[in-house]
Amino acid sequence: MTAAAARVPQPGRRPGAGHAVASGRLRALVPPVGAAIVVLLLWEFLLQALGFAEFLLPRPTTIVTAFLQQWPVLQKGIVYTGGEALAGFLVGVSLGVIAAFATARWATAREALMPVAIAASSIPIIAMAPISSAWFGVESPLARIFIVTLMVFFPVMVNTVRGLTSVEASALELMRSYAAGDVDTFRHVRIPNALPFVFTALRIAATLSVIGAVIGEYFGGPRYSLGIYISSEAYLFRYPNAWAGIVCACLIGTAFFAAVLLLERIAIPWHRADGRDA
Amino acid sequence: MIPDSAIPAAAAAATPVVEIRGVDKTFATASGGVVALQGIDLTIRAGEFVSLIGPSGCGKSTLLRIIGDLTGPSAGDVLVNGKPSHRARLDRDYGMVFQAPVLMDWRTVSRNVELPLEVMRYPKADRQARSKRLLDLVELGEFGDRYPWQLSGGMQQRVAIARAFAFDPALILMDEPFGALDEMTRERMNLELMRIWRETETTIVFVTHSIPEAVFLSTRVVVMSPRPGRVNRVVAVDLPQPRTFETREERRYFELVTEVREALRGFEEAAAVDEVVDARIRVEGIG
Repeated sequence: MTAAAARVPQPGRRPGAGHAVASGRLRALVPPVGAAIVVLLLWEFLLQALGFAEFLLPRPTTIVTAFLQQWPVLQKGIVYTGGEALAGFLVGVSLGVIAAFATARWATAREALMPVAIAASSIPIIAMAPISSAWFGVESPLARIFIVTLMVFFPVMVNTVRGLTSVEASALELMRSYAAGDVDTFRHVRIPNALPFVFTALRIAATLSVIGAVIGEYFGGPRYSLGIYISSEAYLFRYPNAWAGIVCACLIGTAFFAAVLLLERIAIPWHRADGRDA
Repeated sequence: MIPDSAIPAAAAAATPVVEIRGVDKTFATASGGVVALQGIDLTIRAGEFVSLIGPSGCGKSTLLRIIGDLTGPSAGDVLVNGKPSHRARLDRDYGMVFQAPVLMDWRTVSRNVELPLEVMRYPKADRQARSKRLLDLVELGEFGDRYPWQLSGGMQQRVAIARAFAFDPALILMDEPFGALDEMTRERMNLELMRIWRETETTIVFVTHSIPEAVFLSTRVVVMSPRPGRVNRVVAVDLPQPRTFETREERRYFELVTEVREALRGFEEAAAVDEVVDARIRVEGIG
């Protein structure tokens, strides 16, 4: 979303250049914010004018009112569901990265793990959710953490493997000419090369983790968890409340995504959005 | 380590640094084996600057990679500093410069120069001192804190050269290092390389397809024939040292350029046909 700003050439990084970049970044925010405002305005006024039933698609102001009223419950839901998503995210990312290292390093691991990973990626999560609830117990957050782990694992592993292996042949030859061992080659070439790929996967995983947690909760969880809350409020025709729950899920996903972007900026400052993006 | 025995290049009695004996190289391709090199014999002595020149597909880069043990010969022996090339690589006896600078995007210029030193476990203070000295040598002393992408192509290649010299190898292998640069930059880089070669007293093996470049830089030019690659002729370049801007205007320089060109003549047509095969071999050979 700040691609235009990042593409501003910054030769030499002269003092004062930061100022121009910052204002460029602000300007880049104008289109998305403007688009959001237009959509909300249309939603608020046009749907009503067209005669849509309020209960089918409540107006934004109605949702905001419900959101504020329900905040004590939603707050607990955000913490609970967000916690599940975060735990599953961390476990899934860790396992994905570990599997990727083994895969990139040992051909045997590659042969053993890749089919498993591909099979895991094609498991329909919606089918897995009730089974996971049966395994870990309906009340246990482990059921959802497992689902999220499963969803996050595959994209992280595949992207990391690609990052670790798609290294320029000449960079490997250079390391070979230094008689560098595997550890040094990983440390100095493969891992830095993989980081942009890993962060691409983390962005995907950030949003997937919230989706996984909410879907998982449709099959079990405390009353205030977002999945249960959304489905039960919808069941009771309290659509504005259900929508407020959906907004909460979006907020968690957006927060995760933003956290990943921030981390990315800190971890790979050299990585420019110049078309060599992973 | 600058060799104590660095003798003027002209002295034929200098220690052999590279000895190539009866080297063949055959690549297996989908359409059968392709003979890239056949019966190569060549001795390169301390302090020499030897260019390998020939049309595309003559195996000159392959020969360089065999010297550096980046690929093995199908037959024959290669000794570097009197040791098998594999041993020499493990002993870090040579520095390598490729056509692309192959700099790490995530490292500043000075930390790129330090890369081999980190792999070789030099102490930090020593690494920094060497990096500083080498960057001064290639006249990039002020650019140590920049990132590679902030430099021009010529500057990046100078960083790659500084990196190759960072651990004082007695032998430097260069694979068309200036091939991607424009003519003006290339001539300036040639002059700089000559100065660095004199100051460091290293032995350099240099692959190029530019006749003027080969003659200007070298003490000897090895002219190779296309597939199967053979040593067709070795031209001793008796131009006075140090080579300067004026060297390129000397009568003897033109005579030698003509001599190398004559030795190369007749290969061009064959080379054009072989380009496709060559590309395939490079891909399969590296993979």
